Amino acid sequence: MNWKSLLRHETFLALLLVAVLIVLSFQSDRFFTVSNLLNQGRLMTEIGLIAIAMTFVIATGGIDLSVGSILGLTAILTGVFWQKLGLPLPAAAAGAIAVGTFAGFANGAIITRFSVPPLIATLATLALYRGLAEGISQARSVRGYPDWFYVLGQGEVLGVPTQLWILAAAAIIASIILAYTRWGRTVYAIGSNEVASRFSGLSVEKTKLALYTASGFAAALAGVIFVSRVSTTRSDMGTGIELDAITAVVLGGTSIFGGRGTIAGTMIGLCLIQALKNGLSLAGVKGDGTIMLIGAVLILAILASNLFERSGTR
Amino acid sequence: MSAVVDLPPTRPASAAQRPGFLRRLFADYGQELVVLAAIIALFVVVTMVNPRFISANNLTTIFSGNAYIAVAAIGMTMVIVTGHIDVSVGALIGVLATISGTLAVAGYPVWIAWLAPVLVGMTINACIGALVAYARIPSIVVTLGALSIMRGGLISVTGGTWITNLPPDFLIAQKSVLGLPVPLVFMVVLTVLAALWMRYSAFGRSLYAIGGNAEAALATGIPVERRTVAVFVIHGAFAGLATILFATQLQVIQSTVPPNLELTVITAAVIGGVSILGGSGTVIGSTLATILFATIGSALIFVNVSAYWLRAVIGLLILATVLADMLRRRGRI
Repeated sequence: MNWKSLLRHETFLALLLVAVLIVLSFQSDRFFTVSNLLNQGRLMTEIGLIAIAMTFVIATGGIDLSVGSILGLTAILTGVFWQKLGLPLPAAAAGAIAVGTFAGFANGAIITRFSVPPLIATLATLALYRGLAEGISQARSVRGYPDWFYVLGQGEVLGVPTQLWILAAAAIIASIILAYTRWGRTVYAIGSNEVASRFSGLSVEKTKLALYTASGFAAALAGVIFVSRVSTTRSDMGTGIELDAITAVVLGGTSIFGGRGTIAGTMIGLCLIQALKNGLSLAGVKGDGTIMLIGAVLILAILASNLFERSGTR
Repeated sequence: MSAVVDLPPTRPASAAQRPGFLRRLFADYGQELVVLAAIIALFVVVTMVNPRFISANNLTTIFSGNAYIAVAAIGMTMVIVTGHIDVSVGALIGVLATISGTLAVAGYPVWIAWLAPVLVGMTINACIGALVAYARIPSIVVTLGALSIMRGGLISVTGGTWITNLPPDFLIAQKSVLGLPVPLVFMVVLTVLAALWMRYSAFGRSLYAIGGNAEAALATGIPVERRTVAVFVIHGAFAGLATILFATQLQVIQSTVPPNLELTVITAAVIGGVSILGGSGTVIGSTLATILFATIGSALIFVNVSAYWLRAVIGLLILATVLADMLRRRGRI
């Protein structure tokens, strides 16, 4: 029964996506072209990687607000390690990703060791990591990376943007883990009832620690891709990206209370948001109007799913 | 039904054995005293490094320039005590400031320009509160959505232009009463009134009961849903009052959302001793915490540390406070 309701939400969302795509392609000739769609895929990779990890985190009933700051910190460190410390660029990027992953691990440690609510812990680290990015960079940007580095963010492999391959691989691996492994099922169990999971002998703390670490890694990887895509590093990169990621996840049917959600849903939610953003801007709506619409979509989607849920259980 | 329930004090340790005054003070206001001590220590140290730190000019900047944050943090404290959160308050203040400034420039009487943000703030937050209480959407989701709606809406409508030519009568934050700057008076009076109200009124106590255990509060006859909406409405009123101070402190109003304002306000509430789990905390603490931030920000400049490190320092401070809060709780259990 649970599976049926899941399928229903995602089917509904997929139909909505198709409808939006059709409407938008009538609005502008430039929307439904291969090059535009691939380019949109490029733009949504960073949010997508973060949203995949966020799906796991929210499915356990947690949240990670610090991802945008981890992204910014990683971006800054990539530049600083490369330019100031003189490391070769691959080592600099790897080092920055390691720091970002550790930042995620620190979130997990604070949440599991000290039982701080995830919302507050990551709100604090949101300020801390962004502050470190600002302090380290002193508001100076780093540019002039070697050409090969831009392959990651601006290049193509077999005619498809490089980072879209990464996103697709991440999505497939993540959905297999979440749906079919013992570890993935543990995520749902924690989200449904943490105390019961602990009494059933599941390693709740270890799982959560791993998830927040993975969330840090995803944000860090997104940070390096971001730098490669826009050719520069700035300390305010990724500000507010947590909102986009959470919107995609929640729109995709993951319950904010945990226990429910799929990667497929998140990916459809992500495409829906990106299609709306792009389609509206092609139709002449400014970016700010789009932000408004996404906020409204977020509230309405949860309102609708709450109403469905209530009528379903009775 | 109005619930007049005799609730136990928030920190029951003090009532049980009737220890001495100081011990009771520390049990009831431990976190607030820690923050106060930090402020005093900071003042002493920085003044020794650079005596100009306690010049009248700098003191005015520290206390009056940040009073609007303290006022907004009063409402935020009530929301968090009740067990909710509001990440949209920064965007709300941005919207309200633009409304207020536009009315003032359009030639409406200044009292209308001051009243409008309070009323609009209450109305907007009534909607947020209703979605939280009756539609049962978690407050973090509702306010994240409201944040984007208000931020996007504000920039689309104003295009980010500045409001200039504000009438001099309108600029209340630059005036003084009995030799004291108006923002300082606002901050102190509102903090004291809100603190008394939260500690001694039945309504105020019921907020702690709801935050402590909403189901138990419902069972004792507290109308939890109505109170939740009411708390958000009151929070909206404080956001409106904060807006008056914010909008009138300079000669211009930037029609954009002040960046990270919501985070500063939430942080002030949390550091001031509002438990992140709901159910305890006072507005005296949130006001003291606002002053502490302002002092740190100013101190960094006076001891020649780059202001770019400010947010890292504040982030570290929140983390330390939150961890201390959790450890203290664990010790008590």
